[in-house]
Amino acid sequence: MEPAKNLQLDFLYFMRLTRGLEDRIDNLLKQGKVVGGFFRSLGQEATAVGSAFALDKKLGDIVSPLTRDLGAMLVMGAKPREVFAQYLARGSSPSHGRDQNLHFTDLDRGFIGTISPLGALVAVMNGVVLAARMQGKKTVGMVYIGDGATSTGAFHEAANFASVQNLPLVIIAENNGYAYSTPTTRQMRILNLADRAKAYGLPSEIVDGNDVLAVYKSAQRAVARAREGGGPTLIEAKTFRMRGHAAHDNQSYVPKELLDQWRKRDPIDSFERFLRNEQVADGSEIEEVKTKVEALLADDLAWAESQPAPRPEDAAGGVYGGEFERALTS
Amino acid sequence: MAAITLLEAIRQGLWEEMERDKNVFLLGEDIGAYGGAFKVTEGFLNRFGADRVIDTPISETAIVGAACGAAMMGMRPVAEMQFIDFISCCFDMLTNYAAKSRYRQGVGIPIVVRGPSGGGVHGGPFHSQNVESFFLNTPGLKMVEPSTPYDAKGLIKAAIRDDDPVLFFEHKLLYRNPKIKQEVPAGDYVIPIGKASVRREGKDLSVITYGAMVYTALDAADRLQQEGIDLEVIDLRTLQPFDREAIVATVKKTSKVIILHEATRTGGMAGELTAVINEEAFEYLDGPVTRVTSIDTPVPYAPPLEEYFLPQVEDVLKAARSLAAY
Repeated sequence: MEPAKNLQLDFLYFMRLTRGLEDRIDNLLKQGKVVGGFFRSLGQEATAVGSAFALDKKLGDIVSPLTRDLGAMLVMGAKPREVFAQYLARGSSPSHGRDQNLHFTDLDRGFIGTISPLGALVAVMNGVVLAARMQGKKTVGMVYIGDGATSTGAFHEAANFASVQNLPLVIIAENNGYAYSTPTTRQMRILNLADRAKAYGLPSEIVDGNDVLAVYKSAQRAVARAREGGGPTLIEAKTFRMRGHAAHDNQSYVPKELLDQWRKRDPIDSFERFLRNEQVADGSEIEEVKTKVEALLADDLAWAESQPAPRPEDAAGGVYGGEFERALTS
Repeated sequence: MAAITLLEAIRQGLWEEMERDKNVFLLGEDIGAYGGAFKVTEGFLNRFGADRVIDTPISETAIVGAACGAAMMGMRPVAEMQFIDFISCCFDMLTNYAAKSRYRQGVGIPIVVRGPSGGGVHGGPFHSQNVESFFLNTPGLKMVEPSTPYDAKGLIKAAIRDDDPVLFFEHKLLYRNPKIKQEVPAGDYVIPIGKASVRREGKDLSVITYGAMVYTALDAADRLQQEGIDLEVIDLRTLQPFDREAIVATVKKTSKVIILHEATRTGGMAGELTAVINEEAFEYLDGPVTRVTSIDTPVPYAPPLEEYFLPQVEDVLKAARSLAAY
């Protein structure tokens, strides 16, 4: 059964919001306003959005997105203005200018930002859901990992630990073809990231990562299994990274034909086609989603650009308990 | 009240904290049915159950990662490293996740990572290390090393109740040493993190040290007494944040300082303490701040090699005599 019309329009909204937000960050970057690098998720929006929609915020579900899962954070309630302020390194950004891009956390809204050493958050998310289970909650955790990051020791240790402890965790393994410049064939001698799951005794699924409905349904099955005490699942979402690793990288190492081929499978274009063809929504409803997104992004960007940089002295303090709040409110 | 060992004191502290707070739980390798390689958690599984005494795979990153995540959810995990040497396997989790979390995302990580440290038991290069200087350069971590049963119990409780990640080093040479047994109050008490202790009052020369080396310093003090040199012995107890006030106070009192530690020399605690003394008490010095440490090699295995490697009472005597003559 297909999800309700409203929900399908929500999928479109959050994919559009992700893309629109990243388009604007790209513009800010060209204007020299972004501090540091920009790692966008162009072409991968369906994986992040579809999977996060399978979670239940009322039950305290928590995600830990990776670099290219902005969509998942937005679904959980991160605001575009927060993301803009992060990239612009403003004092009122969620990290108060202390960390960059999607590296911010709100346990109440149910997202835990990643750190740059990859694989670490799979291990951390194990603890989050282990604790929730000890506390008698029905919380499910969802954590993202890329094809490259499945080569880390942290990932292997954590996937095994999750399995041994039968934790309520869903691992979304995004296979986007490249880890920075290194193709998946130089990352592993197996065909699928899902093949790794066998080694830990984890059930796995392979899903078209550019099909938001397919991702959603697959994630729903895994979330339901986790919630019922059936343990963790690894879902491999096959997708493609349509930009370089970061904005500085022109991805000259990616064959042009491959990009052309995947461009035809753009997750937003194809979902809009589906909505029209299946008569879920008409052109004006689809246009309305775009308008709503544009209005929110314009507001939030204006807000973020109006925010001051952090005060230099706020670099100090906040390392140990009691100091964080003090340092920022003095 | 019977005198107990340092190991028993740590055990009591852990036990009482688990009785007091249901959020405290243990995880590590062989800590459940086996009771831990050194038997610190013997009997815990029966009392607290497998949900709160978790035997894990040999995966230090997964252990500390799980501890971090659970701590974010309001738990108070205590992770055991079977030997503290293996803490290098979860270096990333400690230095990049636990240590930085409060600063960069405003979320404290109240975990304790504890384990047996130190040499003198012929454990070789991978079962004898003192790892504090690996972590001294990472803001966000606290480090504690008790030298007495009384302190061990009070400090493990303080570490568990602390809102930040605490590395808790337990010198394995002291675990069951009958000479340092002490009567320890049955009731609840806490030794504050960040406070040193004066183990021996003296007027001529100060030895700043911690862990098993406290006893090396005290032995040296007894010998030097006969030569008319009166040693003050400061036990840091907390290595990060170390007690600046106590350090400056002893320098002002004796004007001559030896810093003694079992960890290797270059880049060790002693270098940092020397710098602090230079910055905060230079005018009070009557001689060079002197380091007595292990030599800059891995910890060797064979007894004569390890004895050569480790600081001995004789090394302290030599340093003290030379400094006293200044």
